Amino acid sequence: MERHFDTELADLKSDILQMGDLVEESIIDSVGALKDLNKGRAERVIVEDKTIDEYELKIDEECLDLLALRQPMAVDLRFITMAMKISTDLERMADLAVDISQRVLELADKAPLLKPLVDIPKLTLLAQRMTRDVIKSFISKDVELAKEVIFCDKEADRLRDCVQEELLNDYISKDKETISRAIPLILVARHLERICDHATNIAEDVIYMVEALVVKHHIEKLDQEG
Amino acid sequence: MDNKIKMQARKVDFFYGKTQALKDVNIDIHTNKVTAMIGPSGCGKSTFIRLFNRMNELLPHTSFSGEIFLDGMEINRSSVDAVDIRRRVGMVFQKPNPFPKSIFENISYGLRVNGIKDRGFIEQRVEDSLRKAVIWDEVKDRLNDSALRLSGGQQQRLCIARCLAVENEVILFDEPCASLDPISTAKIEELILELKKDYSIVIVTHNMQQAARVSDYTGFFLLGELIEFGKTQDIFTAPRDKKTEDYITGRFG
Repeated sequence: MERHFDTELADLKSDILQMGDLVEESIIDSVGALKDLNKGRAERVIVEDKTIDEYELKIDEECLDLLALRQPMAVDLRFITMAMKISTDLERMADLAVDISQRVLELADKAPLLKPLVDIPKLTLLAQRMTRDVIKSFISKDVELAKEVIFCDKEADRLRDCVQEELLNDYISKDKETISRAIPLILVARHLERICDHATNIAEDVIYMVEALVVKHHIEKLDQEG
Repeated sequence: MDNKIKMQARKVDFFYGKTQALKDVNIDIHTNKVTAMIGPSGCGKSTFIRLFNRMNELLPHTSFSGEIFLDGMEINRSSVDAVDIRRRVGMVFQKPNPFPKSIFENISYGLRVNGIKDRGFIEQRVEDSLRKAVIWDEVKDRLNDSALRLSGGQQQRLCIARCLAVENEVILFDEPCASLDPISTAKIEELILELKKDYSIVIVTHNMQQAARVSDYTGFFLLGELIEFGKTQDIFTAPRDKKTEDYITGRFG
């Protein structure tokens, strides 16, 4: 039987998808601005964040109404509650893109960059891919794709450590004058790694949504699964 | 569209003998929306909706004061024909009450008493009404069978089709799913959501969750008083009155 409720669920899904697109754009723009220390592009990310905040509020309200008015059960209940959590993670990801933009603004005042970027662009690509894939896995209920996102998180940690160690060992400890230009780069790597963490959270929620399997804090369950 | 009003109740008081069942009730029924009335047993909600098509005047020892408007016209004026009002404002009851006649005759009856004789017209209207009530596919091959042989859920949809046949404008549902199983209930609820495109709907229900699922506006009644009325979304997520909150969260009593 076709349900009116399904139209409402489709609307919610489409809002999450649109919010996800905006978040992905913010991430791309914030690190894009880092490459050539483009202040205008960084400022745009900060301004655009308001739209993403509005999406979070809208999605939360939609979820709350659906919970109160439709009394969802089973797969519908998991979908709505996870949508609520996912919107929170997406909003945090956008905030981190804002943080990166603020680092860009700091660095732009101290141009040029301390060194050519090597690992940060790799981390950026990873964060972007994880964000895109996790939204895709949510929309298409693709558990395998969600698992791939979760497994990428280790690589994100490794790249962050590389950036941190290189800047500490090769720059800061050799020449204290580099601190003000090195610290923002270390922070950018940390922001990107946190974005990957949020993508991982969403991936765990997607697995719960589709299979009712809790993998959060139990990554071994995933290894056993496949 | 949000503010078009189909029916209004103004300063409504109602008595069964000396017992006051409704106290100064004022409400607007919006066009093409579903308005739900909730509240504990004996709160007056059923009494209240029966005023919308003058059903209460059939009861002895009752008295009524106040005004009920349909498209701005006061329906209790002596110049207004109650039968005409009941044609425009139809009612579906708690227990399905098909006539002990064939499925076809259940639907055509209202047309024939309204003086329609054209067989082709009647047949078409019967089919249209049964389709709108989403029961056509289940009964099209046995229109001459007794309506009493249908299941409870089918009988209820047949009663809805019977309303639709006389082209009413407002449908009052008094606990339409009280005697139905969950699947039949879900079908009626989907049907109500479909029908509101063409009709203004008022539903009385004990089942708060049902009110939440199908309605756009909700009124909460307690001891004959309308405690709170508002958008269903607001009533069920953030009611203003403590009594409403206690009732919908089950803390009542």
